Amino acid sequence: MSAIMTVKTDETKTETSTSEKYKLHAKNVSVFYGDFLAINNISMNIKPKSITAFIGPSGCGKSTFLRLFNRMNDYVDDFKMEGKIKIDDANIYGKKTQVEELRKEVGMVFQKPNPFPKSIFENVAYGLKIQGIKDKELIAQRVEKALVQADLWNEVKDNLNKSALALSGGQQQRLCIARTLAVEPSILLMDEPTSALDPISTAKIEELIYQLKQDYTIIIVTHNMQQASRISDYTAFFYMGELIEFDKTKKIFTNPEKKQTENYITGRFG
Amino acid sequence: MKVKEKIIELILKLCASITIFTTIGIIAVLLFESISFFRNVSIFEFLTDTQWTPLFSEKHFGILALVSGTFLTSAIAIAVALPIGLTIAIYLNMYSPKGFRKTLKPFLEILAAIPTVVYGFFALSVVTPFLQTIYPDLETFNSLSAGIVMGIMIIPFISSLSEDALYAVPKSLKLAAFGMGSTRFQTAFKVMVPAASSGIIVSIILAISRAIGETMIVAIAAGQQAQFTLNPTIPIQTITSYIVQVSSGDAPQGSLEYKTIFAAGLTLFLFTFTLNSISFWIKKKYQEKYE
Repeated sequence: MSAIMTVKTDETKTETSTSEKYKLHAKNVSVFYGDFLAINNISMNIKPKSITAFIGPSGCGKSTFLRLFNRMNDYVDDFKMEGKIKIDDANIYGKKTQVEELRKEVGMVFQKPNPFPKSIFENVAYGLKIQGIKDKELIAQRVEKALVQADLWNEVKDNLNKSALALSGGQQQRLCIARTLAVEPSILLMDEPTSALDPISTAKIEELIYQLKQDYTIIIVTHNMQQASRISDYTAFFYMGELIEFDKTKKIFTNPEKKQTENYITGRFG
Repeated sequence: MKVKEKIIELILKLCASITIFTTIGIIAVLLFESISFFRNVSIFEFLTDTQWTPLFSEKHFGILALVSGTFLTSAIAIAVALPIGLTIAIYLNMYSPKGFRKTLKPFLEILAAIPTVVYGFFALSVVTPFLQTIYPDLETFNSLSAGIVMGIMIIPFISSLSEDALYAVPKSLKLAAFGMGSTRFQTAFKVMVPAASSGIIVSIILAISRAIGETMIVAIAAGQQAQFTLNPTIPIQTITSYIVQVSSGDAPQGSLEYKTIFAAGLTLFLFTFTLNSISFWIKKKYQEKYE
């Protein structure tokens, strides 16, 4: 009897320590679009305050997997998911989950810069205002903080009322990052955030992402191998809806376990 | 072969120019007859007198009496059509399941395809008696009932054009709003409607223009008494229904009574022309901005 009890306690212990160690926790996740199997039984744990890169050829499921963490796939027709995804131990596909609340915790930056057709200030203040924050001073403070964090403040501080659409592509993308940071999430999802930008803007955003690691858990989808190896701590290689390999970035890029991974990162396919 | 091509080209050109010549012709006739009218009636009297009685023995030519009737029916129509039309557009764009949109759109198109004379009859024989059960002092001919029914008629204008405007907003903005944790309501009113505002304003202006020019409903249900009033419960006359009254009556050609319809027609044309120009200007200005 007592032996069984001990085993049970041990199990509970292991689970607790797992959740302390990991920010995001996906278990046996499969995704279907109608009959099409987009994600096949993937499990993955992601540590807090780390950068994880998702790489793989187009259509491999990496973007779909990323969008599971803020439930953006919910808008896709015939989307169906199996398995479990937990953030800080809470099941985000549970019945009690409030999707709006989840998305304040899990910010997202899209492939193409998509600022609202409003002023720079209003873009960054948007997330605060929809939360019902009315204190103008607090909003101004948080807007400034977010713009400083996104390394955009010095370029726009004199033109906060200018339309966001008048900014350059790189500035727009940093504005979108600032907009996301303003609501103080703990996780940032980035879906190819630099693919529409020139090399200089890309370098700026990479540097920014690297700095944000101090406070945020970041997942970035990228087609750029150098980008993945430069900024990420962990890299996940996806192929045809499967997670082929997931390890420290250094390991993936110098000594991958699987032949497929090696072929992809050396540019032999994909 | 070459001659044949030339002839075909000429025919096509002629067809295309018919619209231009018609427009120029109509404007010319309106101006010509109106100038002749204003030789007999001063523009000052036309614009300031509050009575319009060209068919009575004691004649007054104050267009304000007709303009007020037109304004009243159009305002009531917009007050009905704008909230309903915009709600439908937002519902279709943000809330409705995919299949429902396919069901509702044909119904809206049917609404737009009903002959206006049927609407007029409906206003007179159904809506007015119904309103009289609520407000017994309502007269048989009144602008309230005509305005409400006209509003129902122009709902499809507003909902369809506004929905097009919402649909044209880049999908990435909708996703950005959802990604920030916006509810559908917040996404609709804080992001989508502001982003589509130019198209929505254009739809409203075109609807106003349509309401001002609408003839049959007001001719049937709003009465034939030109009155300078904003009281929606009594009979009035709009510019359009006055033109119907004179055109279908026996005012001899060339008489002053006959010429009044051109002056009234010119006034109507100036209103709708101005509104259409504004909508054209808004469309152009904001389209450039988006691209």
